[in-house]
Amino acid sequence: MIEEAAADERIILGEPSLKAGEVLYSLRDVSVEYGTRVGPVAAVDHVSLDIRKGEILGLVGESGCGKSTLGKAMLRMIARPGKISTGELWFDGVDLLKISEKNMRQIRGARLGMVFQDPMTSLNPLSKIVDHLTETIMTHESSVSEAAARDRAAQLIGRLGLREERIDDYPHQFSGGMRQRIMIALALALRADLVIADEPTTALDVIVEAQFLDLLRELRDEFDLTIVLITHNIGVVAEVADRVAVMYAGRLAELASVNDLFLDTKHPYGQGLLRAVPNIELDGAELYQMEGAPPNLLHTPTGCAFHPRCPAVMPVCSQHQPAFASIGRDHYTACWLYEDHPTGPEAHDE
Amino acid sequence: MNDSRSAREFHDGQGEQDCLVEVTGLKKWFPVQKGFIANLLSRGHVDYVKAVDNVSFTIKRGEVLGLAGESGSGKSTIGRLVLRLLDVTEGQVKIDGVDLGTLKREDLRKARSKMQVVFQDPLASLNPRMTVGQAIEHPAQIHMPDTTPEERKQLVLELLEAVGMAPPEFFYDKYPHQVSGGQRQRIVLARALITRPELIVADEPIASADVSVQALLLELMIKLKNEFDLTYLFITHDLATTKYICDRIAIMYLGKIVEIGALDEVFNSPLHPYTRSLLAAVPVPDPRHRRTEPLPQGEIPNPINPPAGCHFHPRCPIAVEGVCDVEDPDMESSVASKEHLAACHLRTGKYQHLDPKRT
Repeated sequence: MIEEAAADERIILGEPSLKAGEVLYSLRDVSVEYGTRVGPVAAVDHVSLDIRKGEILGLVGESGCGKSTLGKAMLRMIARPGKISTGELWFDGVDLLKISEKNMRQIRGARLGMVFQDPMTSLNPLSKIVDHLTETIMTHESSVSEAAARDRAAQLIGRLGLREERIDDYPHQFSGGMRQRIMIALALALRADLVIADEPTTALDVIVEAQFLDLLRELRDEFDLTIVLITHNIGVVAEVADRVAVMYAGRLAELASVNDLFLDTKHPYGQGLLRAVPNIELDGAELYQMEGAPPNLLHTPTGCAFHPRCPAVMPVCSQHQPAFASIGRDHYTACWLYEDHPTGPEAHDE
Repeated sequence: MNDSRSAREFHDGQGEQDCLVEVTGLKKWFPVQKGFIANLLSRGHVDYVKAVDNVSFTIKRGEVLGLAGESGSGKSTIGRLVLRLLDVTEGQVKIDGVDLGTLKREDLRKARSKMQVVFQDPLASLNPRMTVGQAIEHPAQIHMPDTTPEERKQLVLELLEAVGMAPPEFFYDKYPHQVSGGQRQRIVLARALITRPELIVADEPIASADVSVQALLLELMIKLKNEFDLTYLFITHDLATTKYICDRIAIMYLGKIVEIGALDEVFNSPLHPYTRSLLAAVPVPDPRHRRTEPLPQGEIPNPINPPAGCHFHPRCPIAVEGVCDVEDPDMESSVASKEHLAACHLRTGKYQHLDPKRT
């Protein structure tokens, strides 16, 4: 107990001391299960992932692949009937799954920020913007006076490209793009180390989306921010991410630097997905027709979940799940094409 | 007749070709609802949202015209006006030479069998209590009363096959909730085809589907167009998809078309500064193509009180004071092509000598 308390204190008081590139947040073997009438469904299935200080990590996949659930799990925000069934969430030397809810609340918002797709559901329609910000600041930093919090709020709003006097406006008086900037301001108000942004630009028009992506890049440089950008939009990831993780049916299919992932894609799912995305810069290309649709997690295929849709499917794929393993410098994938096949009575049957 | 032809050449340069859809001077103004007190204070003065403001274009038979723009630009309103799901405030929509505004109720209903619509959310378009077979057959019961139930069932099965739902007998008795999202949109397409329409207005038809399913739906729409001799008005916010299906494209901003032309011409040499910005902002799925072009400031202004002159001038990088903030530009063709038009004083209008980037 004493040890745990000491660890907790360190998170709350400790100054972030990491250099760019060092691991800031580490997921180890994390699974999230939802209880259903027909038994537990694994929305996230044994995912391990390191997030490095100062990077923008793109987390992409189609709907139902578990990317949003993974983001919520990182904040320990899985609501019942869901639960984090296995794994460890290491942040700044502490496993977040081992600390009390009270201590978690001090980290959530303060050191781990979040931005969701629809800012209107995250902002209180009856509170002015300034109240959102000062409440956030004063809850977490009890020594700050209201006037000082207000100043800080105004500065932040100004930094994010809104006029400072607008802090006295209500959420509905802002456009969608501005509301997303306010959400970022809330995350920055306490100098969060890591912001998890779940489809932050999906509701925005293309020019406003591009403006917001520019802003994310600037903030990363200026505030030394680390960003996990969860999105279904492959173009957005190519535009801003440093590294990209591709998810399929609750598992990581591939993880690599943005250049390796786009230009030297290893997993057949990623290869197909990239060729299926309309590219405004390509002339006369045809879109790749990937067979089938993403699986229903109630009936995830055996072995590699992608095997029924895979053009390179082998006998082993329907029998054994491939491990998520390194296949080159900073490049990981889970595919039997790059792994020795298991030997044993089962494998010989094929 | 000659009058209308010259007007047509003027507004999108398509000339006297075989046009299925002709839209001339189309306007749709929605009155802004105010509270009782505000109404008294304004003494009956009504503000309007000019959702569509003086828009003209044509669609040739067999052509796919893309209608692209950001939210609130009026693109969906145009789709509804073309189908007469909304009454026009001013202007004309002619389908196959017939002005829909002059038709009586019964004639309009008959004319509608020639045009169909596909919306973004197929689950909202399908009655959850109707089986797939019933849903597809329903328009035929209304528009083709001479057919027998057996003939109609045969037709439904053929259409299910045509939209890639094989075996059709398997899906015939399913309910919408029992099939996937992509399959639901296929059902909606099959239902749209049963009356053998000539025109399909597709309003964000693939926007709600997953990436891997979007490509399949897009290819299906191209296949169906060729198989059933269709003409599409393809409404979308996603410029990248228009590249794969559209022959021509119209770009909208605040209720007006600001540029129209063959897709290649508009994409390769955009005339209007707004089109340029929009194209530059589209994220490209290739990290070697990260955007370098600067973006316009701010967001689309309030359509109740749009900026004077050219609506884009407050955000425009080349706007000239005294011109762009005063005069409303007309659609005019470019020097290079009669069929590529834009509404910009400095690029196609009479102030081209003021264009800072003029070569």
